[in-house]
Amino acid sequence: MTRDRRHNVRPLDLRLVSRLLGRMAFWSLVAAIVAISLFPFYYALISSLRPGSSLYEIRYVPSEVSFANYVSVFREQPFALSILNSLAVATGVVTVSLLLGVTAAYALGRIDFKGRRLLLLSILGVSMFPQVAVLAGIFELVRGIGAYNTIFGVALSHLILTLPFTVWVLTTFMRDLPKEVEEAAFVDGARPWIVVTRIFLPLLWPALVTTGLLAFITAWNEFLFALTLVLSPERRTVPVAIALISGASTQELPWGNIMAASVTVTVPLILLVLVFQRKIVSGLTAGAVKG
Amino acid sequence: MAEAVTLVAGAANAPARPSALTRQRVRAAWLFLAPMLVVLAIVAAWPLLRTLWLGFTNARLGEMGDARFIGFGNYLIYADGEWDGLLVDPSWWRAVGNTLRFAVASVTLETVFGFAVALVLHRSFPGRGLVRAAILVPWAIPTIVSAKIWSWLLNDQFGVINDLLLRLHLIAQPVAWTANPSTAMIAVIIADVWKTTPFMALLILAGLQMLPSDCYEAAEIDGIHPAKVFWRVTLPLVWPAVMVAVVFRGLDALRVFDIIYVLTSGSEDTQSMSVYARKYLIDFQEVGYGSAAASLLFVTVAVLTLITLMLGRLRLDREGNR
Repeated sequence: MTRDRRHNVRPLDLRLVSRLLGRMAFWSLVAAIVAISLFPFYYALISSLRPGSSLYEIRYVPSEVSFANYVSVFREQPFALSILNSLAVATGVVTVSLLLGVTAAYALGRIDFKGRRLLLLSILGVSMFPQVAVLAGIFELVRGIGAYNTIFGVALSHLILTLPFTVWVLTTFMRDLPKEVEEAAFVDGARPWIVVTRIFLPLLWPALVTTGLLAFITAWNEFLFALTLVLSPERRTVPVAIALISGASTQELPWGNIMAASVTVTVPLILLVLVFQRKIVSGLTAGAVKG
Repeated sequence: MAEAVTLVAGAANAPARPSALTRQRVRAAWLFLAPMLVVLAIVAAWPLLRTLWLGFTNARLGEMGDARFIGFGNYLIYADGEWDGLLVDPSWWRAVGNTLRFAVASVTLETVFGFAVALVLHRSFPGRGLVRAAILVPWAIPTIVSAKIWSWLLNDQFGVINDLLLRLHLIAQPVAWTANPSTAMIAVIIADVWKTTPFMALLILAGLQMLPSDCYEAAEIDGIHPAKVFWRVTLPLVWPAVMVAVVFRGLDALRVFDIIYVLTSGSEDTQSMSVYARKYLIDFQEVGYGSAAASLLFVTVAVLTLITLMLGRLRLDREGNR
């Protein structure tokens, strides 16, 4: 019966049904993407707000709101110091990387000289290094200059990660600027240093924000060096502090504290990423696709 | 790069002797590069060379100064009637296998899911900006934090994943995801795919957005089925961009450390080459042996990177000739 009816008005009906099905499939896919992206963090957030043993009852909606876990994570270990350490390390690493990166990117992006291509490829190569391959050497170096167990040593080691990447991304941005800007200045007899600071720096401002943010996130998240080069709890950076939160016994991890610490350090990062969404996406793709 | 190259070509066409301006610029270039190169030499080149050297010594963490050259002793040595060293250590080969399994599985899944997400974001629909913001959340979360969150979600007794699967009757009893040898690697891959798919999606999306829109309009006018358009038009055109992303992610996955170290605390079932190397370097204080393992990982990644760069260069050259 239904078959007959469908047969009668087939062209319209079928197209409508398939369009409707297609749209439903599309929106369920969208819903699934959003749910999978957000659920783990949502669950960490509501877990962090549940005090004591109520943490161990599985609930999908917040039952009560308590900041007990947040209080105890700051009280039971120097977590505030860890945040300060991470801020200091990341800020220092970003400043040095950008300073060295801009001048290097000007040379690599705007001036032709022998070996430029090889240099660019080697810099890209450094960013592919497995960090563990430099671990022994860095450990020896940092200990040799008396920087073992200091955040200076950690910051120094992070330059391996941020510097090649900063140079690479800034070079791609530098290359895309029109050449007229500097030609006029050179005709007027300006020296390269003046050209970089007066002409390129203002034009590169958005690129610097993007690259700086990505470098900040990289340094903020780094784990292997920070874990290896620091011993004292009060000198740990945030990822190490969170990874090493432990309970009375190895079986009983204080999950409430861990989730509270996780949320504390992630919320600012998420806000930063959402505010600078477009810049970050353009920086990520400039680094990878254009290369 | 094309722009810079034309600029250069213009300069090269000038009389044989470079002008004063060009020479001044080249001098400036090296001056500008010098600080960056010095820092990279100190923090990257020197430590790498030291690691390669230490791999040939019997250095120990406490007394690295007393290290003695022992040739390939850390790699392979015949002593007391049997072979010894890294190359005959079954747990090293297990770490190699784990690393490869991890890299292949996670990169494949990230590419497939990343493609799906990119195709969704490539369409315009109300709320697209919000969806893009949502997928950036996993990317923004530090790896250590996401590893901790996933080990909480996958907790055997109180984990929400077990609860969900039990409610859906997909499992009969709770699974000890991270402790059970047969599921530990799955747990690691789930956590990594969740965190890294957004990155893949964004790279593929950037590739999609560079495609010319005229062939799509033509296909639409001709009434060609969207699935056919995808296989015949979209996929071949976006393939180079996807391959770049896959190669970079693949090389990145080979050096995995954080997520495995935190999620399964370096048990033999999941330990990667990086976890193995660090364990010997720091925990067992056998710097020589650990450096040898780190060197092998480095050489593997370096060879693969060189092959990639050479292939990429060939492709670039071909395009240049066209």
